[in-house]
Amino acid sequence: MSYTVLAVLAVAGAVLVDLAVLRTRLLGRRVYWTAYAIVLFFQLVVNGVLTGLPVVVYDPATILGARVAYAPVEDLLFGFAMVTVTLSTWVWLGRRGVGARSRRHR
Amino acid sequence: MRHLTYLGLLAGCLAGTAPLEIWLGTRVYTRTRRWLLAVLPTVVVFAGWDLYAVGRHQWSYRREWLSGVVLPGGLPLEEALFFVVVPTCAILAFEAVRAVRGWPAGDEPDPAPAEPDPGEPGEPDGAR
Repeated sequence: MSYTVLAVLAVAGAVLVDLAVLRTRLLGRRVYWTAYAIVLFFQLVVNGVLTGLPVVVYDPATILGARVAYAPVEDLLFGFAMVTVTLSTWVWLGRRGVGARSRRHR
Repeated sequence: MRHLTYLGLLAGCLAGTAPLEIWLGTRVYTRTRRWLLAVLPTVVVFAGWDLYAVGRHQWSYRREWLSGVVLPGGLPLEEALFFVVVPTCAILAFEAVRAVRGWPAGDEPDPAPAEPDPGEPGEPDGAR
């Protein structure tokens, strides 16, 4: 499956994880979208360097061809999926009381 | 020095977000078990995807900018580290927003089992 197809599936999967699997429902929260906006900005910068130098090169047949700050648009979907899955898991773990206390008590 | 470029970018991400942990009290690294468990599924899924893509030549890496350390399957070390660093920075950003704004994330301790939190601040049980 092409990068494009996998990227779209990844976004769908991440949404499912948040809303149906872990039920963290971050997609409805200000804290999530604010954090994501910050991460997205830095993604455009860092990934811009990686794809602009370029450090990573893509087979044109596997992407649509549209780019944002040098990076294939698919990278935006990839990033969204990765961040959403991570944050959903983080919050879900918190709900379950995992690592409730930090090693160093302040 | 070029060969340290990708590693340098990753180090920069960690250095740039370190102040959040040190001064904003995000307590991500210090809640070590939770941090590592949160990153783990992402590492597995997305590094797996990366390996798949590299194997199918959907994308490739320019060695000029890399250390040269390659993991089994053709994944540069830097890519594996990317899947630890970026999720970590995302969690740090998330906790930083929460620390500054106080907005609910849904993992706050709830004394009484309540209906699903709609995400808005409020008291489900009325007076407190």
